[in-house]
Amino acid sequence: MSTHSVVSSEPEGSRSKPVGSGVVDCDIHPAASSPTEVAQYLPERWRKHVSTFGVRLPNQPTINIVPYPRMAPGHGMRMDSWPPNGGAPASDLGFMREQLLDACNIEFGILQPLSGGSMTTNQELGSAFCNAMNEWQLEKWTRKDKRLKGAICVAQEDADSAVATIERYAKNRDFVHIAIPTRTMEPFGRKRYWPIFEAAERWNLPICMHAPATGYHCNTPSGWASYYIEEHIAFSHPPQTIVTSMILEGVFERFTRLRIVLVEGGFAWVPPLAWRLDKQWQIMRDEVPHVKRPPSGYLREHFWFTTQPVEESERPSDLLDTIRWIGSDRLMFSTDYPHWDFDDPSRAFKIELSREDRKAILRDNAVALFRLNE
Amino acid sequence: MSSPYLGAIDCDIHPAVPNTAALTPYLSAYWREMRVLRELDRMDLMSYPPNVPLSGRPDWRPKTGSPGTDFDLLRAQALDHFGVRYAICNCLYGAQAFYDENMAAAFCHATNDWIQKEWLDRDPRLRASIILPLQNPDLAAEEIERLAADKRFVQVLLLSRCELPLGRNYYWPIYRAAERHSLPLGIHSGSMFRHSPTQCGYPSFFVEDHVSQTQAFAVQLASFVSEGVFAKFPELKVVLIESGVTWLPAMIWRFGKDWRGIRAEIPWVKSTPGTIIRDHVRLTVQPLDGPSNPQDLQRILEHLGSEDILLFSTDYPHWQFEGDAVLPSGFPENTLRKILFENPLATYPRLKETVQ
Repeated sequence: MSTHSVVSSEPEGSRSKPVGSGVVDCDIHPAASSPTEVAQYLPERWRKHVSTFGVRLPNQPTINIVPYPRMAPGHGMRMDSWPPNGGAPASDLGFMREQLLDACNIEFGILQPLSGGSMTTNQELGSAFCNAMNEWQLEKWTRKDKRLKGAICVAQEDADSAVATIERYAKNRDFVHIAIPTRTMEPFGRKRYWPIFEAAERWNLPICMHAPATGYHCNTPSGWASYYIEEHIAFSHPPQTIVTSMILEGVFERFTRLRIVLVEGGFAWVPPLAWRLDKQWQIMRDEVPHVKRPPSGYLREHFWFTTQPVEESERPSDLLDTIRWIGSDRLMFSTDYPHWDFDDPSRAFKIELSREDRKAILRDNAVALFRLNE
Repeated sequence: MSSPYLGAIDCDIHPAVPNTAALTPYLSAYWREMRVLRELDRMDLMSYPPNVPLSGRPDWRPKTGSPGTDFDLLRAQALDHFGVRYAICNCLYGAQAFYDENMAAAFCHATNDWIQKEWLDRDPRLRASIILPLQNPDLAAEEIERLAADKRFVQVLLLSRCELPLGRNYYWPIYRAAERHSLPLGIHSGSMFRHSPTQCGYPSFFVEDHVSQTQAFAVQLASFVSEGVFAKFPELKVVLIESGVTWLPAMIWRFGKDWRGIRAEIPWVKSTPGTIIRDHVRLTVQPLDGPSNPQDLQRILEHLGSEDILLFSTDYPHWQFEGDAVLPSGFPENTLRKILFENPLATYPRLKETVQ
C-alpha cells in the first residue's frame, strides 16, 4: 500500500512503518454491533427509559430512519464495509483494521462517534448517553487499538453537564478532542456555550464539530429542503454559522487558545466567507466593538478543517488557489469511514500537492493539533 | 463625462418608499382605512434598517428621510454621476414580508403603481422590478399579469429567505407567468423571517445575519435545480441580487460532487449543476466580497467558469464601495464590456427590446 505513504514511495508493511510516515484520519465513525450495545453503559434508570421511550431527536418524523434517507445501503454506507463476521459497518475492530487502518496506512484514527446523546431533546438522557458513549469508546476501541483516539462526547445544550463530562475524561489521553455537533440549538458563539470553551482551553483539547443528521431549526432559512442532496449541500452551512458566530460574539478575544475543528463540512467556502466577513465588519464594526481585528485573522488562528468530502473544482487546479488561501497548515485529511462518500488518501486530491503540503495535510497538522506524539 | 461606466446598465438601485402615506393614492378605500386604523405607517424591512451603515452610504444619504427616498438625489448620484444608460429599481419594502397575504398583495400592488408613476414616469433611464406577494403564488401571478404590458418592468422580485424553498412547485404559478412574459426572477438579499436565518437559530447581530445571507442564496439555487424548475421552465432566468459573488464556486463544486454521487435521487436533473446554474443564473456584482489582491480576485472570478454571469450594479444607495470604484481595477476590457452592457442585455429581454 505504498501509495498511501506520505513521505515514502517504498513499499513496506504498514505495521512496521516507522513513526511519522503514516496518515492521520480525522473522521472515523465507529458503530455499535447491536442496537443495545451502547445502552449497556447507561444506568438502569436510563436503560429502561431508552427501551420504553427511545431517544427522541429533533426534526425526525420517523423513528427508525433519518429524516433524509441516504442513497446507499445501511443509511449511507460503503457497499463493501459490512464485516464478514456480521454486524454493521465499522462495528468490528478486526475488519476496520483490515479495511481501513492497515489498508490505508492509518497511523492514528480520530473517532467521531455520531452520538445521539448530543442531539436528543431530553437533555438529562443526553448527558447519560454521552457518558455511555465515552465508556464504550474506551472499552471497545481505544484500549484495544492504540492508533484509535477517542472523542469526549458531551451534551452541549446543557453546558454544566458538558463541563462535568469533560472534567471526568480529559485526563485520559485516549481522548484527544471534544465532540459537538454543528447544528447546535443556538449559534455556537453564544454565551451559553462559553463554559465549554473554558473547559476545552483548560485541558488544551480542540473541539471537533461534525454534522448531525437532525437539527433544531430548518435546514434552510426558507424552510425544510425536499431532498437528501439539498440537505447534504446545506451540511456546509452550520460550519459557516459557527465561524461567523464565534468571531462576531468575541469568543476568541476571551478564549485566545481555543481551537475548533470543522469536520466534514467542506472547506472551499472558507476564503469567500473570510472576505465577506472582513468587508461587512469594516462597514458594521460599530455594532460589534468587542471584535477588535478583521474577522479573517481570528479565522486563520482558531479554525482547522477536515478534508472529506474534498470539494472538486471543475478545473482541478482551481482547488490549489483555495488551499493557498486557507493555508495548508489548517487542513487535515479524513476518510469518513465507513460512509458512502469515503475519501481514500491516495485518491482524495485530484491535484498535485507539494510534498510539504501533502505531509502537512495527511499527517503533521493533525499530529500537532491533537498532540498525538505525546 | 469621465465615468468609466458610461452607458452601463445598473442592475440594482434602491428607490425607497418614504412612508405608507405615499402609497395612499394607490390603495383601495378599504386598505386606506386599514392603513390608518392599524397604524401601518412605516414598513421598512428588518433586513435593511434605514440607519445601519449598509443601508446608506454616508455621501448618498439625503438631508432628511431614508436613503433612496429623494428622487433628485438618486437621479444625480446614481444616474447622472455614473452616466448609466439604464438602471433597474428594486424596491425593498415591507409589503413583501407581511404574514397576511391580502395585506401583502394590496401593498405590493400599491408599491408597484407608486414605482411606475413616481419613478419610471419621471426618468426614461429607469426600469423596475415588479415586487410580488410571495405569500400567495396565485395573487403573485395575477400581479405579474396586471403589470406585464408595461415593458419598463423588466423583472419580478422576491426576497432570498421566504416560506418554502423556492424550487417547490407551490411557487410554479409565478414562474409560469414570469417565463411567459420574459421576466427574470430577481432574488434579493432579505428575509421574510418565517424561519430562523441559520440552522443554528437566530444570529445576535445585524452584521452576522447579513453575512449569513449567502447560505440563503445557496440553498435556493440547490432547490431550483433539485426540484427541476429549469427543466420545467427552460426559458426562466434567475438573478441573485446583492447576494455576494465569491461563495458561488464552492457551492457549485460541492453540488457537482454530490450530484455525481447521488443523482439517482433527482433523476430529472440531467446535467451537472454547474452547467445548469451557468445557463440560468446571473449575479449582480455588488457586493463583490472578494480578496483585496487584484490577482486573487481575478482567480476567484475565473472559478465561476463563465464570463456571462456577472451583471453591473452599484447597489445605490447601499454602502458597498467607496468613491467611484464600483468595480475594482484589473478587469480585462472584454470582461468589463460584458459585465457593463452585454450580460445585462442578454439577461433582460424586455430591456433589450426597448433599446432597439
